Order: sequence, then C-alpha cells, then structure tokens
Amino acid sequence: MKEKSSIFSRFGDKQHRGRLMSFVLVIIAYIAVEVLVKTGNLGSMFSSLLVPITCYVVAAIGLNLNVGISGELNLGQAGFMSVGAFCGICVSGILAGSVTAGIPRLIIAIICGAVLAAVFGFLIGIPVLKLQGDYLAIVTLAFGQIIKSIFMNAYIGIDTDGLHFSFVESTFKLQPGGKMLLNGPMGATGTQKIANFTIGTILVIVALFVVYNLMFSRSGRAIMAARDNRIAAESVGIPISRTKMLAFVTSAALAGAAGALYGLNYSTLVPNKFDFNTSILILVYVVLGGLGNMTGTIISTVVLILLPELLRSLQDYRMLIYAVVLIVIMLVTNNEWLMTKWKSLFAGKAKGGA
Amino acid sequence: MKKMFKTSLAVAMSVCMAAALTACGGSGSASGSAPADGAAQTTESADAGAKIKIGGSGPLTGPAAVYGQAVKNAAEIAVEEVNAKGGLQFELNMQDDAHDPEKAVTAYGVLKDWGMQASLATVTSAPGAAVSPSYAEDKIFAITPSGSSTSVIFADPDNLSGAFGNVFQMCFTDPNQGTASADYISGHADLGSKVAIIYKNDDNYSKGIHDTFVAEAAAKNLAVVYEGTFDDSNAQDFTVQLGKAQEAGADILFLPIYYDPASLILTQANGMGYKPTFFGVDGMDGILGLEGFDTSLAEGVYLLTPFSADATDELTVNFVNKYKEKFGEVPNQFAADAYDCVYAIAQACEAAGVTADMSADEICAKLVEQFTSMTFSGLTGSEMTWNANGEVTKSPKAVVIQNGVYVGVEE
Amino acid sequence: MQFLSYLINGLGLGSVYAIIALGYTMVYGIAKMLNFAHGDIIMVGAYIAFFALTKYALPFPLAVLTAVVVCTVLGVLIERLAYKPLRQAPSLAVLITAIGVSYFLQNGAQILWSSSSKVFPSAISTGSISLGSASVSYLTLITIATCIAVMICLTLFINRTKTGSAMRACSEDKGASMLMGINVNMIISITFAIGSGLAAIASVLLASTYPSVYPTMGSMPGIKAFTAAVFGGIGSIPGAFIGGLLLGIIEIFAKAYISTQLSDAIVFGVLIVILLIKPTGLLGKKINVKV
Repeated sequence: MKEKSSIFSRFGDKQHRGRLMSFVLVIIAYIAVEVLVKTGNLGSMFSSLLVPITCYVVAAIGLNLNVGISGELNLGQAGFMSVGAFCGICVSGILAGSVTAGIPRLIIAIICGAVLAAVFGFLIGIPVLKLQGDYLAIVTLAFGQIIKSIFMNAYIGIDTDGLHFSFVESTFKLQPGGKMLLNGPMGATGTQKIANFTIGTILVIVALFVVYNLMFSRSGRAIMAARDNRIAAESVGIPISRTKMLAFVTSAALAGAAGALYGLNYSTLVPNKFDFNTSILILVYVVLGGLGNMTGTIISTVVLILLPELLRSLQDYRMLIYAVVLIVIMLVTNNEWLMTKWKSLFAGKAKGGA
Repeated sequence: MKKMFKTSLAVAMSVCMAAALTACGGSGSASGSAPADGAAQTTESADAGAKIKIGGSGPLTGPAAVYGQAVKNAAEIAVEEVNAKGGLQFELNMQDDAHDPEKAVTAYGVLKDWGMQASLATVTSAPGAAVSPSYAEDKIFAITPSGSSTSVIFADPDNLSGAFGNVFQMCFTDPNQGTASADYISGHADLGSKVAIIYKNDDNYSKGIHDTFVAEAAAKNLAVVYEGTFDDSNAQDFTVQLGKAQEAGADILFLPIYYDPASLILTQANGMGYKPTFFGVDGMDGILGLEGFDTSLAEGVYLLTPFSADATDELTVNFVNKYKEKFGEVPNQFAADAYDCVYAIAQACEAAGVTADMSADEICAKLVEQFTSMTFSGLTGSEMTWNANGEVTKSPKAVVIQNGVYVGVEE
Repeated sequence: MQFLSYLINGLGLGSVYAIIALGYTMVYGIAKMLNFAHGDIIMVGAYIAFFALTKYALPFPLAVLTAVVVCTVLGVLIERLAYKPLRQAPSLAVLITAIGVSYFLQNGAQILWSSSSKVFPSAISTGSISLGSASVSYLTLITIATCIAVMICLTLFINRTKTGSAMRACSEDKGASMLMGINVNMIISITFAIGSGLAAIASVLLASTYPSVYPTMGSMPGIKAFTAAVFGGIGSIPGAFIGGLLLGIIEIFAKAYISTQLSDAIVFGVLIVILLIKPTGLLGKKINVKV
C-alpha cells in the first residue's frame, strides 16, 4: 500500500508525466482514427493496418520490458506471439459453437493466448536466464526456431467426436463437417476474423498499465538494479533470477496476447510468419523507440509499419529505401555532434515561438 | 544512456510527423480520382479516360520475389497487348505482398483505395487465403494465376465447401495435380514401381500435392517407399533425403516442388551417382531456363505441365520472345498463367460488354457469369472451363525432357 | 554403410558453416558486434564469382580472387560507413544498423541481379571417390581441406604476426591497446577485411556445393553460422571451426536418423543443452565480471 501512495504523491515529476503522456497519446490516436473511420476519410489500406499496428505495439512494449528494463536481448519474441496466436485461434475455433458473440470470444482467446505464452515463457526462462549477454540472445533465437518448428508439425482438428491432435504426421481423419484448427505447415485457414481496433487499443492500454506498474514497483526497481549491476544487486539481496523471470514472463504474456489478437485478425495464419525476421522487426521497433521508453516504442512501431506502405509508389526500390532510412536513423540518433546541433535548433525555435 | 533515449525519441517524433503528413497526402490522393500511387505503377498508355482497373498482389520483394515478378512482368505484357488492340482498355496495378498474408491484406486495401474493378488476386497461396474472403465480401471479381491451394477458393477448405464464388483459379488446384501424377505413374509401370517423394514441408503448394499424391497412390497400390521433407531453412542440402531414397530402393523420385530446389536435387543426385526417374509437376517448369543450369542433368525428367516455354505454337513463341526482349529472362509457369489471366478477363469483359464506368460489383456479376459458361484457350491450355467453385478444368500434359527440350509423351 | 557417407556429408556442410562462422567470430571477438550482414556479403561474393565465371569467363582461381577482392572492399566500406560512426553507441544500435545493411544488400541484389536464381557453374571437379560402400564427391573433400587450411592460416596469423597480436590485444581491452599505440580503428578495419574475404571463399564453396545463387541465399547459412560460432564459444577461432563442423554433422544426422521435419528443432535443441552445460560455448572463455 505504501508503494502506491508514494507513486501518486510523486505524480508531478518527470517519470510520471512521461507515463501519463503515453496513455494520452494512445487515447488521442484512437479518437482521431475513430473520427476518420466514422467520417469515411480513412482509406482501406490504413484501416487494414490498424489491428496489426496494435498487435505489434503490444508485442514491442513487452519486448521493451525485456530488453530495455531488464536488459536481456531477446531474439525470440515472435515465438511467443506465435504461441499466443495459435492458442487464440484454437480457443476461438473450439468456442465457435458455444460463444457466438465475437467480442467475448476474442477476449477469452486473448487471455488464453497470454496465459499459454506466459507458461512457455516461464519454462523457457528457466534455462535462458541462467545465461548472459549474447549467449542468452542466441538461446532465445533457438527457442524461437524450435517453437516455429513445433507449430509447423502440429496438427489439431475438431469435429463431432471432439478434439484431435497429432505431431509430425497428420494421423487422424476428421468426420465430415470437421475443421482443421492447425494444419501443420499450412497453419490455420478459414479463421473467423473477430479482432477489432477498439479491443486492440484497449490491449495497448492494458499493456502500458501492466508495464508501468511493474516498472515503478519494488520489483521494477529490482529488475533495473539487476540490469545495471548484477553483482551489486545480488549483494543487496535482490533475487536476480526471480526478478528477471518476472520481466521475461510478463513480456512473453504480452507477446502472447498480441499474437492472439493478430491471429484472429486474419482468415489465415502460417507458422512461418513468426520467424526470426519478425523477432528482429519487433526488436528494431524497440531499439528505435528508445530502450525503456514505452512512448517511443509506440511511435516507432507505428512509423516503421507505415513507412514501407507509404513508400509503395517506389515499387521495387521501397525496401531498399526502407533499409537506408533505418541505417540513417541509427547513425543520426547516435551521432552526438548532429544531435546537439539538432537540439540547439529545437531549443532556439521553441524560445522564438514563446 | 538516458540522453540517447530522449534524442532517439525526438527524432522518432519528427519522423512520425513527417510520415503523418505524407500519410495525409497519400490517403487524400487515394480517395481522389487520379491516384498518384496507382499512376506510377500502371503500364503506360495514351488515353487515361476509360480503363478497367485491374489489381493484384504478389511477392515483388523477399525470398519469393521470383514468382511475383514473373506474374507482374507477364501481366504487363498482356495488358499492353490488349490495350494496343484498341477497344477494351486495362490499367494494371500490381502491389507487393512479400508472400505475407498480413501485407497482402494491406495491399488489398491499397488496391481498393485505388478503385480496383477486377483482380489477379494473389500470386501465392497463403496470402490468397487471407484476401479471398475480402474479395467475396466486397464483390470484386478475382482470378489468381498461381494461388493453387484449395484455401484460396473455399472458405472451408477441409470439406471443400463454402466456395467464395467470385475467386477463380488459372492454375490447377493442388489436389488435382497430386492425383493426376499418381494416376500417371501407376499407369506407366515402365517408369518404375517404388516411389520416393521429396517435398517442401512449409509450402502449401508442395504439401498439398504431396498429400493427395500419397492418398491416390494408396488407392492405386503404388508403393511409396520414402518421404523426405525440407523447408525454408534447409533448402540447400538434400544428400540425406537422396541417400535415404536410394537406400529404400526407390526408382521414381516424385518432386512436387519448384524448379529452384529441384535443380539442387538433380545436381546432388548426380554427384551421388543416384539415377532414378525424376517426376515433377508444373512447378518444375522453368528448370531449363535457369541461368547457368547444366540441362544435361535434367535429361529424362518427366513433368506434368500445362505450359512449356519451348512450345512452337504462335502464341507461346510470341509471348516468350516478348518476355525475353523486355525482361531478359525466359518466362516460367507463373508468367504464362498471369498472361492467360489477363486475356481470360479480357475475353469475358468483351463477351459481357463490360465497360470501365461500371462498378466493381456489376463487373463481378457479369464476369462470374461469363467465366462459369465460357471456354478459353491460352498459353496454359486450350478449351479451359471453370466450374462454379472457381476451379479450372484443363488437361496437364506429360512431357519428358530430351536433349534439353520438352517432348510430349502420349498417354 | 550409409553412416560414413552421412558423416562425410555432415563434415562438408559443417566446413561451409565453419568458414562463415570464422568470419562472424573474428568480427565479434574484436569489434564486439554481431554482424548480421555477414551472410549477405556471402551472397554478394557468390554473385561476383558467378558473373566472373560466366559473363567474363575468367578462370576459376581468378574468379575466386575477384570475389575475395570485391567482398573485402565491400566489407571495409560497410564498416567505415555504417559501423564506424557507431563505435561509441550501445551495441544494440550497431546490431540494428547491421540488420539495415543486411536488408540493403538483399534488396540491392534483387534490383541489380533480379530475384530469379542463377545456377553456379560447377568449376570444381564433380567426380567422386568411393570409400568402402560410401561415395564422396571431390567437392566435399576440397571443402573440408579448404576449411582446415583457412583455420590453420588464420590461427598462425593471429598468433605469429604483429597485426595478429594487435588483434588479440584489441579483443582483450581496446582502451589499453590504444594506450599501447595500437591503431584500433585500423585493426577493426583489417578484421572486417579478413572476415569479408573469408566470406567470399565461403561463398564460392557454398555456391559450388549448393549451386543456387539468389538474393536471400546468405541469410539462412548466416544464422546457422552464427549458431555455430556460439556453439564453439563466440570470439574463439578454433571454437568456430569445431562449432561449424559439429553443427553440420548434427544437422545431417538429425535428418538421417530422426526426422527431416524436426532437424532444425534438434540442432537448436542441442545448442541449448550445450550452452546450459557450458554457458560460454565449447571453447569460450569464462567471463569474470568485476563490480
């Protein structure tokens, strides 16, 4: 209880203003988009990007907790998304008969996806968090590949006899009218699209709420202490593996929730979608937005998803230009001379304006 | 560290603002009548007034780009030819989907904003399955050149029911090819009796053909002695699969895969001194056109294909020459299917009297009516017909490679 | 006996991974960065060798030399333009830049050389010799021999030359090396040059063994080689060699005796087990962290 009251009493300081800002940003963006949708000013392309953006934002916020706050490079975030996605699709498919309304089914699917991903996160976290630095990174990469491989070989079907499951070979035959929920490498097809932008935005807000509450709690400070100096943190009695595990599992759960939302936004999903490249893509959002900076993560995710779409008119050159933009942004943001110049320019303008 | 967060945030913000501005510009023009986006992508032609807008998406970048580029190039040629005839005028807009369902849905949005009236759907299957429901919902006519999975045309592919009705296929469905191949092999005992299969496990196309081949082989008492797989991350080394097939005594190697990995399999089998009869499907077409490939390795390879770039009929020669001249490569199966798609749409439009000022909805109804009743002859077959599900009926031809060219074999 | 031929094929595949992993591990040891663009330099090398052999009809050794020179220049250029300005930046920033470079090379190659694959001419003898009942192609033997030769040369270079000892010094402590008068920037450039040159050799071997050249051909071998480098203990040259060979053998055996579908899962599973037993890889140094 003491924790909470101290947080509210320091509401005026910088950390908390930043925290408030990200909520305000999300809500303003949501209202703006809804107004555009209602007035019919948002094209089909932008409408189709709304849900995936919220999914990637949630996964990136989770990853930022892992990479930025906990300081562990995770190259397997897409693996957790895939756990959540396929779990969500299966849950939705199983419940299709009993829970006909889309929204409650979506919420149940998201919760199941998050829980299963958290369980995976916990199991994977046990070996992973024993390692350090780049060795930890490669093991997360390895788990990401293994998860992909598992889903590529899993066959789940449902028919009047109930649920069927087989591994590596599809050994069961469904009754007429049955449905393959997960068909090995072909993934899930014919999924009911029940995801929507409102639930996506709520999920982003929930993710922000969870991450901020963790960051500014006793556990959060312990996580950051363990990141900044493992030995010193250990010596003051912080249980390193438990605090790191907390961040890792939360991150996995958020990725799972994001995955479930993602999976239920498309009529088809293949396991190959969540490969190493997707993990890297989410990592790029996080690094570009700033480690530990959730508002930055949201902005950079939105920008980097929109960028290749806006470059469509460049045709074959668009991914080349995207790569150049990525390199240039990294070079510029890490160049002290340029950044000081930029800042002085900014400061000067601000003064002039006032 | 703290400083870095702030600075990167500042830059991210500014980029965001810039992007937002461009976004406004983008959406503004997209909803307007003369979209900047589309204009850049369309094939150039004199009159911009009354053109029927044909959309489509495919992997123009990334590992599957070779298929998307082939479709885009061939469709461009076909549209130019159709436009040059006078009469019916087309405008083509091929968007990139990077072989990713997510991007395909976005590309569909772009095309819809552009005002697409008919479509080539998608080049590959998984993205196709993601956008087909949208085509059905928005009532826009679509015919995919090469999205061969049943999930592209059926909402419930497990039971082959719930056809979308307005999504058609120019290529065979995968089951069709698997069954045809098994029938052919079981009917020709001289090819061999023990079959080994190497297929691409993470590819709808390959896996689909494999599944139906195995089912049909069982029905025909054809012995399948070994099944090996590979996927994107191990598409280079096939020595194990080949060694296992050899060990199992297979004398036919069925390869329901595309020609790129097939060329590696042929090379490696040759290196091991393993010489079974190789049997491919339409994806194998293109192997002779691979730059630098030693065609003697493909000697004696059987394949079922509706198109061959070496055919001598006027239509094929004209198309192959134009393609080579314009893009410097020999067109493959995908290109031929795309070319036929455009011509089939043109034929249907002419027959139904479709004009550019009709709504997509109206055009869709007319085209569906035409497609389910007309016969069409093109590069990939003559006298093709479509059923109400959107499946094509055309006969695959069995050919064998002899002296570096396809030779038809009689049934 | 099939076992022997699987073993030799595994060694062949492993040798290719090993040469790529050597480049990875050298760069990591000295610049402390994961150069994700390494696999794409291999792709560029393969294209250069392909064009040298087919379009310009150069003899094989000259074609390899051209590929080595082009890749070396490219590697140094990338280092100067994209990585050097980030010397003081956090390692994640460099990682993202490397990914950007990787995207750039892949998409550039697609625009320059089209996305359809090209078949690498079989310049190295395609014959095979028989060992008992197993037959082994000359190419596999040449690959293994090249890999061993490269490993020995590299070890001698690192241990016996002045530049080599400067490299070792840099990998131990950059600040102290600078104080000792070592031009650290120069050493890093040399490391990139050697790593990229090795990538070119690897590209020729890779493309000869698996004669398919396309814009994304480097990414999967790149990831596998990265895994191999970690297997052996990243930063360690003999470690990369052993890691590469082991990875190749495990991959082939997993395919042969367990399942072709699950081979990747098995390879990565073994990696995880090894890292749990030896957290810094097979030959990696124990890191002592000071407060």
